[in-house]
Amino acid sequence: MRPFTYERAADAQAAVKAAADTPNAKFLAGGTNLLDLMKLEIEHPAHLIDVGRLPLAGLEETADGGLRIGAMATNSHVAADARVRARYPVLTQAIVAGGSGQLRNKATTGGNLLQRTRCAYFYDTTKPCNKRAPGSGCGALEGLNRNSAIFGASHACIATHPSDMAVALVALDATVETLSPSGSARSFPLMELHRLPGETPQVETHLVPGELITAVVLPPPPKGGQVYRKVRDRASYAAGLASVAVAGGRIALGAVAHKPWRAADAEAALAAGASPAEAIGRELAGASENGRNGFKINLVRRLVPAAIAQAGEQGRGA
Amino acid sequence: MKTTITVNGEARALDLDPRTTLLDALREHLKLTGSKKGCDHGQCGACTVLVNGVRINSCLSLAVMHDGDQVTTIEGVGTVEKLHPMQVAFLTEDAFQCGYCTPGQICSAIGMLSEVAENWPSQETTDLTGKITLTDDELRERMSGNICRCSAYPQIVAAIKSAAGEMA
Repeated sequence: MRPFTYERAADAQAAVKAAADTPNAKFLAGGTNLLDLMKLEIEHPAHLIDVGRLPLAGLEETADGGLRIGAMATNSHVAADARVRARYPVLTQAIVAGGSGQLRNKATTGGNLLQRTRCAYFYDTTKPCNKRAPGSGCGALEGLNRNSAIFGASHACIATHPSDMAVALVALDATVETLSPSGSARSFPLMELHRLPGETPQVETHLVPGELITAVVLPPPPKGGQVYRKVRDRASYAAGLASVAVAGGRIALGAVAHKPWRAADAEAALAAGASPAEAIGRELAGASENGRNGFKINLVRRLVPAAIAQAGEQGRGA
Repeated sequence: MKTTITVNGEARALDLDPRTTLLDALREHLKLTGSKKGCDHGQCGACTVLVNGVRINSCLSLAVMHDGDQVTTIEGVGTVEKLHPMQVAFLTEDAFQCGYCTPGQICSAIGMLSEVAENWPSQETTDLTGKITLTDDELRERMSGNICRCSAYPQIVAAIKSAAGEMA
């Protein structure tokens, strides 16, 4: 690990001010992804601003019947919260599908959203990767791309976003609240947080440098059932090959794109009366493959109608 | 960088390079070598310790992040004279071969049982609003962050079930 300086932020305003004042600074919350990447020298911040003890770990009801989840709430606490389990079960299911018990006890809501891809070429510093070393090329494009993106990829990058939690949050139409480096707050739809790779896969979100996520806000739960399904190489503690979150009429896919992928075409087709199979077929009309990841298209074709059916049964049962 | 961590009930003052992980602080600075370094990337669970009663991978945490925290390692779980019920169960059920993963398995299992007692859900929990029963499937899922390359898993499951009964 390369040397860095460390400070613990006294409050959120101090954290963003420190980020604005210090070159190459990064926020540190749970650290489960950032410290791993720092050991591999994929990340090498000069300064760490520890935001892990900021009083942003609570969950609270909002006036309109939704729920505000503090950015420092651990994945375990969010998944175990009685309100989340009763009203947003898709979120609990998605969180417990990710990582291990030890990791979920440390990983935070904000950090989970900002975790980086598990693409093998991003991790292997002897290989080209435009995300890790812009301009070096994409090793995955013609390489071991079995788990690469099938939606929204570019010739510069075919990496996927690994979060399970974020997929459920997109299906639930969550909003992100942030504090900008100037100290002002803003909020925007979570599905607008992450970017597609385009020509600049190293820029993964629409946050400005030094902007701190302070909360994720869920609107009131949608009508209808909620389900998260994840397919992977082993039964537990493995990244997804494909996953789907269904929440009422909204559908989001995981492990298939550079961001949690809202299946807007499938949603529109379903709303217009198409069958689940037809609806996902409409979405997959925009899918592409790079050789080894073609099986993911069939995986999604089978996974999504099964999840829609399961959510539909729950919705009728409720 | 100065930091004070209470380890197994004793306040320990340390002056560390900020890069020092909690695991390295325990092993290299405090000479508590029970917690093991397997992968050093959070994949194997051999470094699992309890921080304020909650299990985490000590390799994926900086020691300076834990100023003022209460850390329990395998050395603080029980004593030679009075083993923790989980340690007794691992011995009785022969739940290891080489033993390298065992400190992490035991700390993880103790933390896991607290999570079950608090009714935290897992991927195997079908009724999210009901009371959790620690079935074998639940237990295996909850322990998936701890790898045993000798593959003593059947005995580890038996040991944890036995200890869960003792501790209930």
